[in-house]
Amino acid sequence: MMTMKDLRGAVAIVGVGQAGCGEAHGRTELEILAEASRLAVADAGLSMKDIDGLTTASSSSAMWGLNVVEYLGLRPRFVDSTMIGGSSFVAHMLPSMMALASGQCDAVLVCYGSTQRTATLNRSAIKKARRALEPQPYEDPYEPLPPLTSYALAAARHMHQYGTTREHLAQVAVAARQWAQLNPDAFMRDPLTVDDVLKSRMVSDPLTVRDSCLVTDGAGAYVLVRADRARDLRRKPVYVLGSATAMWHKQISSMLDLTVTAALESGKRAYEMAGVTAKDIDVLELYDAFTINTLLFLEDLGFCKKGEGGAFVEGGAIAPGGRLAVNTNGGGLSCVHPGMYGMFITIEAVRQLRGEGGRRQIPGAELALVHGNGGTLSSQSTAILGSENTL
Amino acid sequence: MNASSEHPSNPGAQATYFAYLAQGEFMIQRCGQCAKHVFYPRTLCTHCGSERLQWVRPSGRGTVYSTSVVRKKKEEGGDYNVVLVDLEEDVRLMSRVDGIAPDRVAIGMPVQAKVVTEDGAAVLIFLTVGEQS
Repeated sequence: MMTMKDLRGAVAIVGVGQAGCGEAHGRTELEILAEASRLAVADAGLSMKDIDGLTTASSSSAMWGLNVVEYLGLRPRFVDSTMIGGSSFVAHMLPSMMALASGQCDAVLVCYGSTQRTATLNRSAIKKARRALEPQPYEDPYEPLPPLTSYALAAARHMHQYGTTREHLAQVAVAARQWAQLNPDAFMRDPLTVDDVLKSRMVSDPLTVRDSCLVTDGAGAYVLVRADRARDLRRKPVYVLGSATAMWHKQISSMLDLTVTAALESGKRAYEMAGVTAKDIDVLELYDAFTINTLLFLEDLGFCKKGEGGAFVEGGAIAPGGRLAVNTNGGGLSCVHPGMYGMFITIEAVRQLRGEGGRRQIPGAELALVHGNGGTLSSQSTAILGSENTL
Repeated sequence: MNASSEHPSNPGAQATYFAYLAQGEFMIQRCGQCAKHVFYPRTLCTHCGSERLQWVRPSGRGTVYSTSVVRKKKEEGGDYNVVLVDLEEDVRLMSRVDGIAPDRVAIGMPVQAKVVTEDGAAVLIFLTVGEQS
């Protein structure tokens, strides 16, 4: 039997592309998804004819894989459109690796696009439709803001249990903004202080609007091939060393301990597969839907002890020049957040490992951790990516 | 105070729960095999997988596990609280604490379940116990 460790480094990301990030004025989700896909395939030095595997997900379409197959003119031998929220595009890595390793297909395109910011169907209409299609009768009567109040409940509990403060949470937002200021493609680049965050509009205590991710448009794509082929392509390959996904609940009311996420499990399995630990990681890209996420994932992924995330981020520790490089593109908080952000943390990790980060580049970055989150701290997906030297 | 119904899935567990609620009764399930309680209502026990779930009346006593105030303008109905409550029976649920300013609801606060009617629908809410403001 093949083991997970046999898959370590068996597959590499060889192309990435983005389109319509920020505002995609007048363009559809499929249009920007196709542009990002075309750019990713071209970046890999391949053509669309080479793509015989597809993974994708949508938060509104029930048969999205078919839409994408049809739009791009693909006839894939492997398709996975598993939808587990924003972590989906990190989670898609492992099934893609298996499909490539077994020879089911030879090149997988992972792609996503959303026009949630500029689309004519407004967010309250979407909320109403979602409630009708998928009622949550044990939560809906209490009107939690979806998904913000769920994260607020986790933040409140973390504060109560561990003495985490609103200032700690604000430090996360400020660090993200400082990274965004080094990224010309980031959506929000104005200066931001801890005081600004504390004084910004409270939405659902203890989370303010500045503790919350952006609402932008955007599409992203990446291409995976087997490692032997990756070496012959035009870009520096970024190898997938570990990939694991865990999920323990959907609704926040069914989460056992609001201070411990399933990242504990996904991280452990991904580290085991990759044969590395937290202290080996050069750069982290964590899904920061809300400021509390970054603290929870730093803890659950072993960068500090449970409950110490707040103290860990004090004094600019995860900002540019700090002791740990976290969310180097500016994160979902300040760079881009088109609904399901897992795609964009993966792309940023690839850019860092290729040395294409410009002013935000982490010198000598060889090993990156990507961590995606979906739902209400529900699905957790960890990937460990590395350069040739880490094989 | 065990209530009836050996066949919680006929009608479905969800319909049964809301039928009880409509009669002003808050009921949860207890597993006939492992004796643990289950919420929200299901057709199998999430602890042991048994289908032998029976309806029982919980004490209604619980503790606020976490709380948030959703901020709304006055013209949109004003601020309200959303809480997670841990019941004595070791299950957690989402609800709201009434009879207290939303921002005064605190983690660890003892609360008592109450079924109220709002816009014609029965809703489970909680009231504070002990020191009442």
